[in-house]
Amino acid sequence: MALQQNELRPMGKSIARKEDPRFIRGKGRYVDDVILPNMLYMSILRSPYAHARIRRIDTSAALAAPGVKLVLTGEDLAKMNLAWMPTLNGDQQMVLAVGKVLFQYQEIAAVIAETRAQAEDALQLIEVDYESLPVVVDPFEALEPDAPILREDREKKSNHIWHWESGDREETENVFREATVVVKQDVRFQRVHPSPLEPCGCVADHNAATGRLTFYITSQAPHVHRTVIAMLSGIPEHQIRVISPDIGGGFGNKVGVYPGYVCAVVASLKLGVPVKWIETRTENIASTSFARDFHMTAEIAAREDGKVLALRVKTIGDHGAFDAAANPTKFPAGLFNIVTGSYDFKTAFVEVDGVYTNKAPGGVAYRCSFRVTEASYLIERTMDILAQRLKMDPAELRFLNFIRKDQFPYHSPTGWVYDSGDYEKTLKLALERIGYDELRKEQAEKRARGELMGIGISTFTEIVGAGPKNTFDILGIKMFDSAQIRVHPTGKVIARLGVRHQGQGHETTFAQIIAEELGLSADDVLIEEGDTDTAPYGLGTYASRSTPAAGTAAALCGRRIREKARKIAAHLLEVGEDDVIWDGTVFSAKGFSGKSVTMKDVAFAAYTNLPEGMEPGLEATYYYDPPNLTFPHGAYIAVVDIDKGTGAVKVRRFMAVDDCGNVINPMIVEGQIHGGLTEGFAIAFMQDIPYDANGNCLAPNWMDYLVPTSLDTPPWETDRTVTPSPHHPIGAKGVGESPNVGSPAAFVNAVVDALSPLGVEHIDMPIFPWKVWNILREHGINE
Amino acid sequence: MFPNAFKYEAPTSIDEAIRLMDEYGYDGKVLAGGQSLLPMMKLRIAAPAVIIDINNLDELKGWSEVNGKLRIGAVTRQSELEHATELRDQFPLLSRTARWVADPLIRNLGTVVGSLVHADPASDWGTAMIALNAMVEAKGTNGNRLIPIDEFFVDTFATSLEENELAVALHLPIPTSLVAARYMKLKRKAGDFAIAGLAVQVAVDDEGRVSEAGIGICACGPIPLRAVKAEEALIGQRLTVKTIEEVSKLVPEDADPADDLRGSTVYKKDLLRVFAARALREIAEELHGKVEVQ
Repeated sequence: MALQQNELRPMGKSIARKEDPRFIRGKGRYVDDVILPNMLYMSILRSPYAHARIRRIDTSAALAAPGVKLVLTGEDLAKMNLAWMPTLNGDQQMVLAVGKVLFQYQEIAAVIAETRAQAEDALQLIEVDYESLPVVVDPFEALEPDAPILREDREKKSNHIWHWESGDREETENVFREATVVVKQDVRFQRVHPSPLEPCGCVADHNAATGRLTFYITSQAPHVHRTVIAMLSGIPEHQIRVISPDIGGGFGNKVGVYPGYVCAVVASLKLGVPVKWIETRTENIASTSFARDFHMTAEIAAREDGKVLALRVKTIGDHGAFDAAANPTKFPAGLFNIVTGSYDFKTAFVEVDGVYTNKAPGGVAYRCSFRVTEASYLIERTMDILAQRLKMDPAELRFLNFIRKDQFPYHSPTGWVYDSGDYEKTLKLALERIGYDELRKEQAEKRARGELMGIGISTFTEIVGAGPKNTFDILGIKMFDSAQIRVHPTGKVIARLGVRHQGQGHETTFAQIIAEELGLSADDVLIEEGDTDTAPYGLGTYASRSTPAAGTAAALCGRRIREKARKIAAHLLEVGEDDVIWDGTVFSAKGFSGKSVTMKDVAFAAYTNLPEGMEPGLEATYYYDPPNLTFPHGAYIAVVDIDKGTGAVKVRRFMAVDDCGNVINPMIVEGQIHGGLTEGFAIAFMQDIPYDANGNCLAPNWMDYLVPTSLDTPPWETDRTVTPSPHHPIGAKGVGESPNVGSPAAFVNAVVDALSPLGVEHIDMPIFPWKVWNILREHGINE
Repeated sequence: MFPNAFKYEAPTSIDEAIRLMDEYGYDGKVLAGGQSLLPMMKLRIAAPAVIIDINNLDELKGWSEVNGKLRIGAVTRQSELEHATELRDQFPLLSRTARWVADPLIRNLGTVVGSLVHADPASDWGTAMIALNAMVEAKGTNGNRLIPIDEFFVDTFATSLEENELAVALHLPIPTSLVAARYMKLKRKAGDFAIAGLAVQVAVDDEGRVSEAGIGICACGPIPLRAVKAEEALIGQRLTVKTIEEVSKLVPEDADPADDLRGSTVYKKDLLRVFAARALREIAEELHGKVEVQ
């Protein structure tokens, strides 16, 4: 049950979300709610072909259509040097097609008209003469020597984008050479999409008189977007105000810069009025950044008793037509080398190659800290295969190989330093809560009767909170984050942060952090994010970095305020600063019981009754550069039953024990876990974006890209252990992505466990009923 | 998202509706519940020049018994039939099918007759109507006619209705003996179209022998199909374990599914067999005790 927000010492309490009343009442303000005087509407013409030369574009009929004010093509943008834009992963991407198209639904032209319907009508009048080119949809075929070169703009005449490796190749090979047990498995993490409820969109409003651009945009990283727009457009950065209003879900989809944004800005610059662009569902799924699409091969070298020795991973990353991932610049494959997971491998070697294909661009981190989901899925899947080969219980194998509590801070063979963890405790709790031993007994009985039941375990380690500035940057901008707190004379507070929430509950949790530091209630603190004119610079909300980075900035900023408050309190209490005691809610004078002042008293004094020589006011800004990432972890267990007639899998139970360090608001954490588990469930059983041989996207809408409803979703059971981060001032670690990262392996492991008596070791996601049916019938199992 | 421009007509009588259909011909499209038409217009897959909205026609609402048949008006909502407890004994397939169709919001607006006229091969209602041996009552400028459901579906999204004929009602034979029915469907997620589906209705005589059998097949061909061989094999039989096993194997023989993202041809055929066996077993169980079925 959620508590009221007016309690003092709110840290760790399930208080009601401050943002919910406006969302529940339909009073949120999303980008499509922004309606400005004289605003025009933009729609985008997209390519029906995956790979084709553009011979000619005729826009004359569209220009003559009712209400049409402007039609933009790649040629128009080329004159402004804007036909291409940089991606956050160091590649470049066409804004509007120039010369050729590289994926179906690629942006060809933009029409700006008085109404959206007029813009849509005029799109149909644009004539494009295409000459089709050979299509490459398979990344392995793209690497063949005779494959057509997709990216003619690059110097390198190959579809290979980059090679990245991590760990010790030689040592790993030595261990493999001598290992008595080696398991090897090809594992695909299919192409999925963050698919937020609200698609992407913007309103660009350039005022020719002031020279100012106000840009409303569905952005998880408004400050980064401001800088990128300044660099691209030449508009001075102080003349750009990016406002990211309420966001209807992001999940990594709203980190990148999309062609529609650039077109809307250009149109507003040219026309001198505001221009709105809002994607359709199909545009969102089929053209904005997808996630995953990793073709991975993992090998584990182990001893006969199950002790793991070395891990070797080779991966092809399919990025589509442009490498539009949004990873920290030094990490083209993100943090994929966290792939050794929760286990004490002595050595490891990981290599990844990025490849172009005729598919939509991307490779973003969908509710994931930069490829950690792929890594976690791979290691958790492969560990289960090792257990199966050695005829060991998968829980037992994990206990044998866990990094022990006393090994933290733990140096991983790929160079990470894990801050803290207690993997044994977390798995023990999960096993106990779900009744693991009884379930295994039940399974044995059912197997004897020919029934198919499976139990799947995933004990993942996350890596979140990017990040330390010497390692992490985006286009050179260091990945710190920030908070600014202003205490008003009546003791009420406004705090602004450089991140931007999209449903994570920042307005509540950050208010709790600051209220805790200042001895106030969450009700006293208003959190504001998303306006670059008011908020301090920050890198945004993704990769579970808000609490580890901005949350820390908020806490330390609060402490900075308290330092000044202590001086004022000393003045009010008429004692020396050293004699002032802070007990969490009041300042009191040492030895004088009953004499105390609250933060409210101090705030009023900061504007009315200051000590001599002190600067008036009570506000502070803090930029926090984390010394390390944080490493949340968890133990998830799924129990499934398989229908032998149809191949359908029913998830009977799911137990999620998370350890995200100290918890700020348990209710919000639980909500985050429910949401992420639902996404993980969808990835495991429903979601995929397949392409046919001609590069046609086969899931460009919610009819074929399946988003589960409450009717599909199994009941979730949750619990937690608490292993605080030693380097985070409030000991928190970040949690939003853990359930998406950790759960797919639990589901798949459970299905494979059910089928393991048949010798099945792996099934690629999504596990559609027909895949299971194929296996059953192949083995003569029938209803 | 944004349909092409269209003209909107809202006739106040059936005759006016038919006159408008006659006047606009191919350019006109009748709007009943709109649960297929409107999404197609939003995506610009359909772009009718004129919408003829029949929702104001009170004569097309509700149901009544006419000449020994249940006559269901063309704008009767699916949810009305789903919740009509008075129809459950004689027409159990209506509520049993309804709960598999899309979601409650769609059933609140969508109509059964509209679904039939749309003629989607994955129409759960089309499948159920095959099992129920329904007839569609069509009215045109030349008067009324009754079209048996097996002659109604012509091809994917195509029916035997003339351009200026309005489907005004659905006629269901009223069973004269004990009936039981099941709707079986596998889908990828709640609200989805079927991977494959099966509608089964069985009537038994006093001796527990099958007197009538209707089996409709969903999403396994260009139109909803009838499992003719299985139906014939059931007539005169008691629902024994052996009969059920034999009959269910016959169901896929009348199916013609395609390989697609939902599954392969063989998979869908096997689903039909599994569904038929499950449906008949459940029906046998339900009827057991009421009459001697085994």
